[in-house]
Amino acid sequence: MKLRKKIYMVAGYNTISMGTGRKEFNPKKERPGLEEYMKEAGQAVLKQIGGAANVDECVVGNFIAARFNRQANMAGFFPFVDEGLKYKPCTRVEGACGTGALALMNGIKSVLAETAEVVLVVGIEVQNTVKAIYGADILAAAGWSKERKDGHAYFFPGKFSDRAGHYYEKFGKEKTRKAMAKWFVNAMENARLCSTAQEFHNTSKDLEALGMMEPNGRSFVDNLNVFDCSKVSDGASALAIVSEEGLKRCGIDKKDAIEVIGFGQTENDITKPPADHTKLDTTAAAVKKALEMANITKEQIGTVECHDCFTIAGIMATEAIGFAEHGKGIDFVLAGNTSRTGEVPFNTTGGLIGWGHPTGATGVHQAVTILEQLTGKAGDAQINIKPNRPYGLTINMGGDDKTLVSIVYKKAE
Amino acid sequence: MNYVEKFQNVSVLGAAGKMGSGILLLTAIEMADMSLKPENKDKLFILYAVDINQKALGGLMKYIQAQVFKAAEKKTIALRKVYADRKDLIDNLEIIEQYVKDVMNIIRPVTTLESAYESNIIFEAASENPDLKIKMFSQINQNSKVKPWFLTNTSSIPIGYLDKEAKLEGRVLGVHFYNPPAVQKLVEVIKSEKTVAELPEFATQLIKNLRKIEVPSNDFAGFIGNGHFMRDALYGMNEAVKLSAQMPLIESIYSINKITQDYLIRPMGIFQLIDYVGIDVCQYIMKVMKPHVTDEDIHSPLLDKFMEMGVKGGQNSDGSQKDGFLKYEKGKVTGIYDPETKQYIAIESFAAKCDAKLGALPTTIKPWKAVVGNPAKEEIFKQYFAELKTMDTLGAKMATLYAIRSKAIGQKLVSDKVAFNEKDVNTVLLTGFFHAYGPINDYLN
Repeated sequence: MKLRKKIYMVAGYNTISMGTGRKEFNPKKERPGLEEYMKEAGQAVLKQIGGAANVDECVVGNFIAARFNRQANMAGFFPFVDEGLKYKPCTRVEGACGTGALALMNGIKSVLAETAEVVLVVGIEVQNTVKAIYGADILAAAGWSKERKDGHAYFFPGKFSDRAGHYYEKFGKEKTRKAMAKWFVNAMENARLCSTAQEFHNTSKDLEALGMMEPNGRSFVDNLNVFDCSKVSDGASALAIVSEEGLKRCGIDKKDAIEVIGFGQTENDITKPPADHTKLDTTAAAVKKALEMANITKEQIGTVECHDCFTIAGIMATEAIGFAEHGKGIDFVLAGNTSRTGEVPFNTTGGLIGWGHPTGATGVHQAVTILEQLTGKAGDAQINIKPNRPYGLTINMGGDDKTLVSIVYKKAE
Repeated sequence: MNYVEKFQNVSVLGAAGKMGSGILLLTAIEMADMSLKPENKDKLFILYAVDINQKALGGLMKYIQAQVFKAAEKKTIALRKVYADRKDLIDNLEIIEQYVKDVMNIIRPVTTLESAYESNIIFEAASENPDLKIKMFSQINQNSKVKPWFLTNTSSIPIGYLDKEAKLEGRVLGVHFYNPPAVQKLVEVIKSEKTVAELPEFATQLIKNLRKIEVPSNDFAGFIGNGHFMRDALYGMNEAVKLSAQMPLIESIYSINKITQDYLIRPMGIFQLIDYVGIDVCQYIMKVMKPHVTDEDIHSPLLDKFMEMGVKGGQNSDGSQKDGFLKYEKGKVTGIYDPETKQYIAIESFAAKCDAKLGALPTTIKPWKAVVGNPAKEEIFKQYFAELKTMDTLGAKMATLYAIRSKAIGQKLVSDKVAFNEKDVNTVLLTGFFHAYGPINDYLN
């Protein structure tokens, strides 16, 4: 399948990913809510694209405000962000932690369908409204509800702990734990360079020792420690998806834009366990589709934003993309290939573990990071994009490798 | 009757008090956990929360419910297994709420002692008044058909004395929790000469289940904890009085409090600790201990003086500190009570002068917070005390003498056979008083 017209992403914006780790975070004090985050992110994009009048359509990605914030019908916040959005078509989409990229896909498809030239996309989640033990209940909705009863108290960490356990068994625990620790170290080092990252203030001295902490199934899950996991986050990310026509309308130069050259969206049966716990099959299928549509090879990818909700998921993603053979992702990571100075830097502003994981926003945040990196606007977190590897790749995952979107980008010309 | 059967009917006397509420909480959770085991499904578990104060019982139930909620949130992983067969309970929240209901369902708040007549186990945490304890024990014992076991939380009264006076035939054991029982790890266990062998076995099992640390003490008034604390406090108060020949009493109290906190690297100074426990409670414990201790005078005229003026210390119901020797604002010490003018004098008005008299602090000194969890603390203390003993300042000299006295108190507890060994004395001070080092050490040799 080929794209019938050019699709651009512009005017990216991330709020701070708020939660434990940020100096301003105090669980006992009142914090910004959905309204503040919608406004901050939405208005920041509108300002860059010449105002609400230029927008044809809006999409908001939100996983589950209905439970975290007692709020559904999220589309209704667009006219609140700017009165100029009143009476415009607005939609809310949901696909668990893969929500953000589904919002991007909706925007892309509207432009492709020629029903919009400019689509405002916001991803948002505000999750620090409940204690982690109850947040785990809410986030468990990303899995099959009939599995909840027999699942772990921390349902999703439990799922990926099982995956890690299988991986240990098949490929060796010691090396796998070391690679997971390395993934964590990379995430923190990158997050420290990005002022909106949840771990921006992180000053821990011996990161590797933290990463290597032995998991304790009595207080958490059997095969992951807390540093293997993304944290609870509040935040929003936003950008605009535009056509050629849209670029002109918004007065945006191509040097400030990236182009979407391929995407792959895949789904797997939510009621079925993974065929192989050590593989992310649905991810692999999405990446394959995206690369085929973009007509590039993985060797041409210069940077990746992958869905490392857990360190083990990051390692498995390197294999799903094909950078490493099955079981060799640990060697690939340990050799430093994914670090910011490596062959193909992953998650250059910290990823889900370092930057944060406001679930519905994550897919959008990944696109904003690629936009910044490919247009040279990543500030202290800027990596070197090599001429032979000019492309960016994102992978956003909903549930346990169920709802997947992978997108290939290049700098607009 | 085995451990579980014993626990099917229990009473906590003085349940709404500071210690009683903690013991009730621990007991309620222990009983609920037993009741939720499949083999105990059909057994009835009852826990009477006995207190004469109707209003306090209401507050108690709120406190217990909030605490059980917190405890449940911490052990949700295990609770999901406990309720695995309850198909209606899916979310963590549903499981936690059910657990709270199950714990609360065991507790019966009552104001009358009669309920305790049915109980196999009587935890007693009433006020530290021998006559009151004896009266309650006798009444229950005379009216009960089950020959109950009495576990008393007394911190000072000899167990043999209670046994004899209440005619309990060896069915009484000292099980002394530290404040607050839900948090503090230490439990002192005291047998009398006559205590029936099954009681300490039962207590050991309970303490193990509660994941607490058991330290046995012999049956001498004050046991190890108050045996050390009361003598340590007496020394501190006497030193302050002596020092007041050279300076006003408020300044000498400030100085001794500073020496015992900063120079001795303890979590709080001795006067703050007396306030924390309560001037009234300390006076009472000394009064209880005095007739049982013949070779020392366990009595403080300074405590009497402050009590006469109505200065009592202790804590408010929300856990905040009441003013005593010292005045507290948001947990910080801001003043010292002056018995001459009957008012608190702001520390800042004289602290600098006192600090100058005490002299420069040792260069290797570290605050208690920085050392208590430090794996290298042994080395830190060696170095620190080596410096302290060579210093010629008033503060260093008094601190050195204080540490020597504290060690001597500990050693005497062993030679008097209150404690079985030196390690037990150190364990009590480390775990019950949060000291960073045991009083019996070689740092000053």
